[in-house]
Amino acid sequence: MVTATVVELSCGELSVSEVNAALRGLPDGAQVRITEPRGRHNLSVGLSNKLSISIEGNAGYFIGGLCDGPDVVVDGFVGWSVGENLMSGSGRVRGNASECAAASAHGGIVVVEGDASSRAGISLKGSTLAVAGDVGHMSGFMAQAGTILIGGDAGSALGDSLYEAVIYVAGKIASLGSDARLEEISSDDVEEVRRILQAARFDHVSAEDVKRVASAKQLYNFDALKDQKY
Amino acid sequence: MCGIAGLLLKNEDLQPLLGKLMVPMLDHLTSRGPDSAGIAIYDRDLEPGELKYSLSAPAELDWDSLEPPLAEELGTEVRLERRGRQAVCVTTASNDEMKHALGNVAPGVRLFGYGRALELYKDVGSPLEVCGAYGIANRSGYAAIGHTRMATESAVTTEHSHPFAGGCDISLVHNGSFSNYASIRRDLAAEGVECDTDNDSEVAARYIAREMAGGGDLKDALYGVMRTFDGFFTLLVAAEDSIAVVRDASACKPLVVAETPEYVAVASEYVALTDLPGIEEARVFEPQPEEIFTW
Repeated sequence: MVTATVVELSCGELSVSEVNAALRGLPDGAQVRITEPRGRHNLSVGLSNKLSISIEGNAGYFIGGLCDGPDVVVDGFVGWSVGENLMSGSGRVRGNASECAAASAHGGIVVVEGDASSRAGISLKGSTLAVAGDVGHMSGFMAQAGTILIGGDAGSALGDSLYEAVIYVAGKIASLGSDARLEEISSDDVEEVRRILQAARFDHVSAEDVKRVASAKQLYNFDALKDQKY
Repeated sequence: MCGIAGLLLKNEDLQPLLGKLMVPMLDHLTSRGPDSAGIAIYDRDLEPGELKYSLSAPAELDWDSLEPPLAEELGTEVRLERRGRQAVCVTTASNDEMKHALGNVAPGVRLFGYGRALELYKDVGSPLEVCGAYGIANRSGYAAIGHTRMATESAVTTEHSHPFAGGCDISLVHNGSFSNYASIRRDLAAEGVECDTDNDSEVAARYIAREMAGGGDLKDALYGVMRTFDGFFTLLVAAEDSIAVVRDASACKPLVVAETPEYVAVASEYVALTDLPGIEEARVFEPQPEEIFTW
């Protein structure tokens, strides 16, 4: 039996560029510990190899962004735009995430075990964002495809200018944004929420008790005569 | 962009280290603002009745030669201490007297700020260059606010750098941009409150000082800013006995706060706080939009 060795990369000794270059050079299946992140930005960015990366502490902006493959876990909190533009793979934040979590993410899943700040899931393009706690204002803004699950409460203007993405909220919604509306949940929705809860490993949300927020599609077409006075 | 950082040291044992703690905070924010940098330091090191004036000369100036004519013009003693291209002048003269005297004996010298505790240093260059030129790492004090600037609304010059002092012991740093500052500046001018530059952030500093001169505290003044100013802002403001932060309604500009029993530290990005002692045990959070914090 072969025991996988764990590669350790210390931000105390390496620059962010050196850490990312080292990560790019590792074979699929490698396990990596990134130590002393100390709020550094851009750790584990732009990787297409299937790594298992553990960032052991609080990290900065764009963690796990632009990735197509690795599973990144942050044992701490992160700054803006965790998992930004993720194509596949996963990002998991054990603490809170600041603004724009999973911004423009196309695939994979981004899980925030704490709260996420404003604009969570902004411009989501097909990925799944699961937040155990609350999200801030303007979350799901202009989200085009994919799913957002909010285990806690949502801030104001949720789902403003939504396209085809769907948002599920377990808690309270401060207010809906333009063109976002509450819809009845179907058995397919319950199934989808169960799938996300399982993937996110959340056990505090009941799939039957979420609210579904989707686009009313009133902004899809420009009405040349709307509000015309002359 | 722009970066902001501030520190309020509750533990007096840390106060001799104020500059040493602030320099790396600003250095971490270089990428947010490489154009210019500045810092307002609060240190109570004067005799009762004295004020300190932070003076800046546009070119090389023999500060020693300025001391006798300035003292004569003011009709009182002055102590000038040179720091880089700036000097701190300690005297019992009032702000109006100082402005008048400088106009007569050294018209090129600019007054960046004054107060019982405030000293204000700023210049073009990276945070490390500016902090090095003004010996910031060796400075003590109980509070400081600093800025790294990426200019958007006005020119990259020493005078357009932050912090801006709005009045006695009141200083401000700003990440963002105001859109209606020209009309507010006109309103202030009509009341006799003049700005030294065409910078948007200076208007907010003058506005806050005007509000506080009218009897409000820092929190009242920041409520006034939210009512009056339009634009994007995360503001960090200091007065003699408090510091405060506020973010605009859309919270476009970041802010992270770290609180421990020893200090309150704030910065645009958490990375700027990571060299502080005991940061691992700090309560770290982000202020909500339009949520004013004062310490």
